[in-house]
Amino acid sequence: MRKSLVWMTGCLGFALMVPLAMANAWNMPVGVTDVSREIHSLHMIIFWICVVIGVVVFGVMFYSLFRFRRSQGAKASNFHENTTVEVIWTAVPLLILVGMAIPATATLKKMYDASDAELDIMITGQQWRWRYEYLGEDVAFNSNMSTPRAQIQGDEPRGEHYLLEVDEPLVLPVNRKVRFLMTADDVIHSWWVPDLAVKQDTIPGFINENWVRINEPGIYRGQCTELCGMDHGFMPIVVEALEEEEFDAWLAERKEAAEQEAMGVDREWELEELMERGEAVYGSICASCHQAEGQGAPPAFPALADNQQLIDDLDWHLDKILNGVSGSAMPAFRGTLNPVEIAAVTTWTRNAWGNDTGDAVQPAEIAERLSD
Amino acid sequence: MAPKLPPHHPLEQSTSAVAGGQASAHHSPPRGIMRWLLTTNHKEIGSLYLIFSLVMFFIGGIFALVVRAELFQPGLQLVQPEFFNQMTTMHGLIMVFGAVMPAFTGLANWMIPLQVGAPDMALPRLNNFSFWLLPVAFALLLSTMLMPGGGPNFGWTFYAPLSTTYAPPSTTFFILSLHIAGISSILGAINIVATILNMRAPGMRLMDMPLFVWTWLITAFLLIAVMPVLAGVITMMLMDINFGTSFFNAAGGGDPVLFQHLFWFFGHPEVYIMILPAFGIVSAIIPTFARKRLFGYASMVYATASIAVLSFLVWAHHMFVVGLPLVAELFFMYTTMLIAVPTGVKVFNWITTLFRGSITFEPPMLFALAFVVLFTIGGFSGLMLAIAPADFQYHDTYFVVAHFHYVLVPGAVFAIMAGVYYWLPKWTGHYPNVKLSQWHFWLSVIGVNLTFFPMHFSGLAGMPRRIPDYALQFADFNLVSSLGALLFGASQLVFVAVVILCVRGGEKAPAKAWEGAEDLEWSVPSPAPLHTFDTPPNFRPHEH
Ligand code: HEC
Ligand SMILES: [Cu+2]
Repeated sequence: MRKSLVWMTGCLGFALMVPLAMANAWNMPVGVTDVSREIHSLHMIIFWICVVIGVVVFGVMFYSLFRFRRSQGAKASNFHENTTVEVIWTAVPLLILVGMAIPATATLKKMYDASDAELDIMITGQQWRWRYEYLGEDVAFNSNMSTPRAQIQGDEPRGEHYLLEVDEPLVLPVNRKVRFLMTADDVIHSWWVPDLAVKQDTIPGFINENWVRINEPGIYRGQCTELCGMDHGFMPIVVEALEEEEFDAWLAERKEAAEQEAMGVDREWELEELMERGEAVYGSICASCHQAEGQGAPPAFPALADNQQLIDDLDWHLDKILNGVSGSAMPAFRGTLNPVEIAAVTTWTRNAWGNDTGDAVQPAEIAERLSD
Repeated sequence: MAPKLPPHHPLEQSTSAVAGGQASAHHSPPRGIMRWLLTTNHKEIGSLYLIFSLVMFFIGGIFALVVRAELFQPGLQLVQPEFFNQMTTMHGLIMVFGAVMPAFTGLANWMIPLQVGAPDMALPRLNNFSFWLLPVAFALLLSTMLMPGGGPNFGWTFYAPLSTTYAPPSTTFFILSLHIAGISSILGAINIVATILNMRAPGMRLMDMPLFVWTWLITAFLLIAVMPVLAGVITMMLMDINFGTSFFNAAGGGDPVLFQHLFWFFGHPEVYIMILPAFGIVSAIIPTFARKRLFGYASMVYATASIAVLSFLVWAHHMFVVGLPLVAELFFMYTTMLIAVPTGVKVFNWITTLFRGSITFEPPMLFALAFVVLFTIGGFSGLMLAIAPADFQYHDTYFVVAHFHYVLVPGAVFAIMAGVYYWLPKWTGHYPNVKLSQWHFWLSVIGVNLTFFPMHFSGLAGMPRRIPDYALQFADFNLVSSLGALLFGASQLVFVAVVILCVRGGEKAPAKAWEGAEDLEWSVPSPAPLHTFDTPPNFRPHEH
């Protein structure tokens, strides 16, 4: 009797968890796209199907355990085969599954239809940041986690969006179909924003396709979901969905800034200017591997501070940054940073942390090398 | 004890195979450590496998506790991400290849000869070799953690190119250790197939075999089919890392997705390798304690076989978000949903076996019943994961972590424990201590659910797997999971206590230790003497 009581409480416990599962922060978000809504409703349908089957199956099971206890004098009967019931409990689940497969197929087809997009965005996963390019618009930027390390180490109080905040969010318009073209530079990453119901692996050498049409303006957060090395847990995604006019204004502004930057290539830059810019680029791109003080993390990541070869040989140094080191984690930056950024970060690494070469590498020089 | 074989019924196929094992055993056996190094006795090798698996279970468990301790609250407190990744990876590898698989092989070694009425495994020396490969493999695997750059840190699924171009230098040793473990599995599987097909007692047809034997026969074929695929894929990694090939390196024209296809072509059947023998154990225990024959024996066999066949056709459901073409997504969604049907049949059969039985709740039965309930819950989340569009939200989140831990911990691991409690009287001649077993059971059930149930919620709420730190909204779920894990881990010490006490003494068990038990192993004395069925038993099948 006592044992069955414990069993009963166990069941009750599970039964109580079901309504809890319905509360919002416990469940899959409904999201802000038509697809995310459909997925949410598929999720709820299959969930309830499981609940109903569970209630019936566990109901019979616990009834039997309770009713046919030997301690209550139950005598075992002898039946051990029945083709009819076997056929029934093969066929009924099969029918339920067919019923489930039909709407799932329809949703999947919709998710795979990326045609007629009004905006194309290239998403590139890199250890450990995202890069967004608005194709045909000359706008491109990296998006790094902006949560300070001090919060992670517990030296500062943690903010509301701890680990889910970035320096530059991906800005998208509402009510327009946006197509994502997704790839990666190094290892496989996966771009996921639950509210948009988009999760897609970004794979080096492949370009995957996905799309979204957001219904409501707002800020939506997600994370990389494919283990991608040391800082896999620290490459969040933030999408800012703007009203259409606001988005157009934003895009125009970014285009202008990009043009300014392109013009900057031709002029002569001061050492201080380059250092200021370089420090920012280094902090957002290089520091995750080579560390904030250039000390690296040997043997995986070499030190740049006090690196004699780097100090002595500008050509070698530029070659590493432009072309990377194939077969290692060091990426080639010729495609992902612009000449100003490359010049600036080179200048910074040649002068920071006591490297003190005094070199001011000019963007024009880099542009020339890039055009070779 | 074993009835004598009638003289007109010689066991032709098996005599030659048996001779080798018997001959060495009859010379005075070596003593001390050499006895264990050289043993060809299926019972001793079975015990070695089980002890090895228990040790690995604790090592893998400690790694899991490091992970859970770091995830106890937000922030990085105990370990750095590099080490965290090694912990999740090693936990998975050790539990899959070091704990669960060897435990089932250990049970197979002990019980298959006893259940089919054979004097030993068909290939006793090979059996010794299969076992002793394992400590070598896992010593090597664990030693990688002390190498420069650390051990494997790319997850137990070791996706390329994270595990090739971007892997620590120790990866070559990781590959070697997996090769050795894989050879061990293949040899073990060949031995099991040979034993079952050639050494059954006279009169025992395939459809008379206990389900544990059946499920292991099918599992062994799965192993023989897929372990070479694993060997192939890790060899390709080895070439990429050391010999400049580009199988998986996109920069050299290779294909990282190919890795995943190959891995999961091994990996999905592997999942069933870890659960089919569990079905067999539960199918032995439930009828025993319901005192009623297993309902639908034949449909259980067919269901197992169909699960095995389907397991080769569902691998890409692990890859719904890698960008497969629509037709592939649909194909794998349908086949995956289909696998729920034979699995459901099994659960229905177990429950119908209970129906109108005469049920008691000895420790093995407690674990078997918990298996049915909690494995089914894992099956439900599996069904949800099969819905490809929804998987775009579930994939690689804690929802998946919850799912596969439900089928592996209160699934496979509980079944192994149920089996241990069920057969301990046969192995030691004593019943396990009932009070302690009940404590072990209830603490484990509570611990397992506290650990893994909240993971469904953290996953649905958006927490990715394999992250060392998490956003604040996931804090409560993780706190509960970590406390549950501590409870579950600690309660396994009770299990060790039960086993040790049972080996040393306790209530004496008769040959037929459980009144409802029927299979051949209960016809030999408890504890089973070192040599059983020197002459084949007189097997009488159930009338159908
Ligand atoms: C994903 C990690 C990663 C990032 C990000 C990264 N590096 Fe590296 N870097 C490496 C690794 C690994 C090496 C060593 C390659 C080798 O020789 O095997 C390296 C080597 C170098 C070297 C040559 C050092 C030497 O002694 O061999 C320089 C210079 C360098 N990186 C500069 C940079 C700069 C500047 C940035 C930012 C624009 C940067 N790296 C970003 C990983 C990274
Ligand atoms: Cu990533």
